[in-house]
Amino acid sequence: MKNQSVTNNIDWISVVIYIILVILGWLNIYSSSLSSIEGETSIFDVTQIYGKQFLFILFSVPLVFSVLAIDAKFFEKYAIIIFAISLLSLAGLFLFGKTIAGQRCWYAIGSFTLQPSEFAKAATALAIAKYLSDVQVNLKDFNRQVQALIIIFLPILLILPQPDPGSALIFSIFIIVLYREGLPAWYVWTGFIAILLFMLALLLEPIVIIIIALAVILFIYYRSRLIDRNWILSTIIFVLVSGFVFSVDYVFDNVFKQHHRDRFNILLGKEVDLKDVGYNTNQSEIAIGSGGWFGKGYLEGTQTKGGFVPEQHTDYIFTTVGEEWGFLGSIVVIGLFISLIIRIIYLAERQKTKFSRVYGYCVAGILFIHFFVNIAMVVGIFPTIGVPLPFFSYGGSGLWGFTILLFIFLKMDANKVNEW
Amino acid sequence: MRKVLFPTMIIVTTILIVIRLFYLQVIDDTLKLKSDNNAIKIKYDYPERGYIYDRNGKLMVANQPSYDIMVIPKDVKQIDTTEFCSLLAITKEDFIKKIEKAKVYSPRLPSVFLAQLNKLEYAAFQEKQRKFEGFYIQKRSLRDYQVKCGANVFGYIRQVTEGIIKKNKYYNSGDLIGRQGVEENYEEVLRGIKGVKYIQKDKFNREIGSYKEGRFDTIAVQGKDIHLSIDAELQAYGEQLMVNKRGGIVAIEPKTGEILALVTAPSYDPAILVGRQRSKNYTKLYNDSIAKPLYDRGLLAEYTPGSPFKILTGLIALQEGVIDEETSFVCHHGFSYARGRFMRCHDSGVSKLHNGFYNSCNTYFASAYMKTINKYVKPSDGVDTWSNHLKSFGLGQFMGYDLPTGKRGKVPTSKTYKKMYPGWNWDSKTIVSNSIGQGEVLMTPIQLANMIATVANKGYYYTPHIIKSIKGEQIDKKFRTKHVTSIDKKYFDPVISGLYDVYNLGTARGLGVEGIEICGKTGTAENYSKINGKRVKLQDHSLFVAFAPKDNPKIAIAVFVENGYWGARWAGPITSLMIEKYIKRKITRKDLEKRMLEGSLLPEYNKYLPKAVNDTLTVPKPIIVPKAEMKKEDEIILTENKVD
Repeated sequence: MKNQSVTNNIDWISVVIYIILVILGWLNIYSSSLSSIEGETSIFDVTQIYGKQFLFILFSVPLVFSVLAIDAKFFEKYAIIIFAISLLSLAGLFLFGKTIAGQRCWYAIGSFTLQPSEFAKAATALAIAKYLSDVQVNLKDFNRQVQALIIIFLPILLILPQPDPGSALIFSIFIIVLYREGLPAWYVWTGFIAILLFMLALLLEPIVIIIIALAVILFIYYRSRLIDRNWILSTIIFVLVSGFVFSVDYVFDNVFKQHHRDRFNILLGKEVDLKDVGYNTNQSEIAIGSGGWFGKGYLEGTQTKGGFVPEQHTDYIFTTVGEEWGFLGSIVVIGLFISLIIRIIYLAERQKTKFSRVYGYCVAGILFIHFFVNIAMVVGIFPTIGVPLPFFSYGGSGLWGFTILLFIFLKMDANKVNEW
Repeated sequence: MRKVLFPTMIIVTTILIVIRLFYLQVIDDTLKLKSDNNAIKIKYDYPERGYIYDRNGKLMVANQPSYDIMVIPKDVKQIDTTEFCSLLAITKEDFIKKIEKAKVYSPRLPSVFLAQLNKLEYAAFQEKQRKFEGFYIQKRSLRDYQVKCGANVFGYIRQVTEGIIKKNKYYNSGDLIGRQGVEENYEEVLRGIKGVKYIQKDKFNREIGSYKEGRFDTIAVQGKDIHLSIDAELQAYGEQLMVNKRGGIVAIEPKTGEILALVTAPSYDPAILVGRQRSKNYTKLYNDSIAKPLYDRGLLAEYTPGSPFKILTGLIALQEGVIDEETSFVCHHGFSYARGRFMRCHDSGVSKLHNGFYNSCNTYFASAYMKTINKYVKPSDGVDTWSNHLKSFGLGQFMGYDLPTGKRGKVPTSKTYKKMYPGWNWDSKTIVSNSIGQGEVLMTPIQLANMIATVANKGYYYTPHIIKSIKGEQIDKKFRTKHVTSIDKKYFDPVISGLYDVYNLGTARGLGVEGIEICGKTGTAENYSKINGKRVKLQDHSLFVAFAPKDNPKIAIAVFVENGYWGARWAGPITSLMIEKYIKRKITRKDLEKRMLEGSLLPEYNKYLPKAVNDTLTVPKPIIVPKAEMKKEDEIILTENKVD
């Protein structure tokens, strides 16, 4: 067994999709950054960001092999320590972090920067997997529920004040993982309904929503069997909903900052200021929309060349795909992401240990929420929240964070035959 | 259950995203347009407009460079407005107003900020152009007129209106387009095709190279030079003769249908509609609702033709076989065509076709006309036969010439009269005034000219046209197609001989030109107008049609002078001078010329103005009294004593 290759039993489907996505990302970064410089240079030119991305990709190769070389048991054994180190690295930002564009999210070593929140995602996934795989943990137990939620909220609390609401948002996906492992359904429903009410409260007058809520609750109450009728619970829910709806207005007007309000207003079509806050979304929609069925062709995007879309090589990288490769190209890229995520869920479900199954779910969840929030923002159906597109967006920390996240799981999956 | 939630979420959200992408990329077209607007800059290269020459190769219309300052409002940055305004000699309020106007059109597309700078202004601005981001200079070519005449023939050039931009994709805001006259009719020939260059811009609006290596760029196509059939010298002379008069002159070469001169009076120097004064001058011309200098009387004025129409009455009667050269009618200073109805005539005695023409005898033509109509059992058949003959001369319809404005004129048919006299047994007597051109028939001067050209050709005409040649192209086939009338050739000879004696024996005695055999016909057309709600008879119009020489005609001409008393007083001499000018190239009768050049009908016109307006006018030169030998003739007054 000792002489086995590190790639033995590895899931090649996932690896191939990973490689395709990384290369496509790099090609699009090349296209999106060509615009702002004079003339074309080599894609390997390390003074340009596509050249740097190439270096990041090169460096992920040894990273992958290191992860695969480590014994699968190592991650389970040291999950809590890894999580603790990760939390420390996040906390350390308050002391040693470098502020870029108002966000204190980076450690700087010379010109090289590292973003610890990208690695915290994998660490938190390990911690949750470790906690849930404990035989004594049963999520039906309220105390356990609270403890599990604390694991999730610790990194959120450290990331939010940086401020990096995008990265913080990512951790909410772990709720879905907890649900898979036995968290009562009402947590998830409460979450969904809260989001729905939040959106409605911004669009409609509070009193309208309260009347609708009352009607729905009464409907459910009278349709229930007699013994299930619970007027106390119904009343509590109604009061909570009303309180929530009114507080949304208050929070929106008094707690949110103007740029938060703007982002929601743009999304809800309430205000459109194309020059200022709406610029990103507007330009992004123009770039994607101008692609048509087949796109303008690689390196031929006029919006991309003109550099109209801000942050196009990072959060808005998908606009290049949309403009140059059109609807069909976009479908292919989306298809690749969805295939990878579904494949990971499939692999997770066939894991023999609870630890690796929960971890696998976390990987799928993290990839999914990045994918969804990023693309939904770029196409204008989600507020502007800075979240990178995994494997695509420019950035070393991001690429390595996702690479480590994915390959730890692939290592566990490759190792499942040995786990007895 | 717990396994299903997450995959379901993935599928639902993916479907949402795909729908949204489909909407953005496939359904919503506006985004493509927006993309082109902000990423691609289009630069135009305007070709020089084609030159316009006269029939003898004399250059009439050339070009001069002009510079427009264009603005793209969204690109205008903080600039030193004080310096900017003083450089262009505009006020700050002007500046703000112009920017606002441009913004209303489009913040992203260029609009004209200040049009038609001259070379000096251009040079001054160009030096400092770098300082004024968002502004640039667009070179265009403007007309440079080498002659002072022909404003109505040439038309003018103006900036396209928004209506045109919407209708015709070729034009962009600030482009120039020909309006009226030859400039409008031959717009596409003259303007050429502008070149387009697509330039990729970045978000700072910097140009970063040509779009797709210039795959879509086009090179400007030069406008073509054209030769008009106009004789510049004759045109200028005609306009001079018509100074201080109102009316029109149309001269046609009978053999080809080429228009030799197309004069409308009053007119203006075409050069006043060029440059920064254009708009001011145009408004002035446009608002002159009394003299109407922009109204091309030669093409648009529908007049009752009066006596020249007798030519057609005679020809049709001959063709219908109701008269021949020897048929005679007796005239007693008039013609009593029904009980209590009398058509006065200055003539008396026995009239045959020949002296009927040169004396312009009303009785003769009224009788011939009634015979024509009465040939048919039903008067409606008679009228329709008659109007079909008229239509074969191109009357009552658009002639199809190559100028953008025109009027049909009017040829009544049996339907016209059924409408006019419902339930009434109208007959040839009812409509007899048609015989002498005072009935329902209306003709424009160009139709009159074409009619006399047809007579000169003895029965055929080519559609009148103003184009002689376009470089490298044959003129339109329709101008090379012979139209033959329904009158046989043989009937033209007696008519022409009658018209010839108009000069020797008849109403135009003394207007002949030595060495040129002219055939012509005088005309005096009654006209009425409503002044303060009352029908008032105004001074008669003076008109004349002629062609020369009698054999192998080179020019056919119609002259119309509004309120010019009678045919031989103004229109006759002008016709005669025009013919002499064209054929001999010089004028021998200096007295007559002087009288016509200096003669003014303004006192006549001012009579009809409201008093308030009249008082503000300066007193015009006294009218020059025509010589005694000029005989007042062919006066027609229809006295309609109602029969109870």
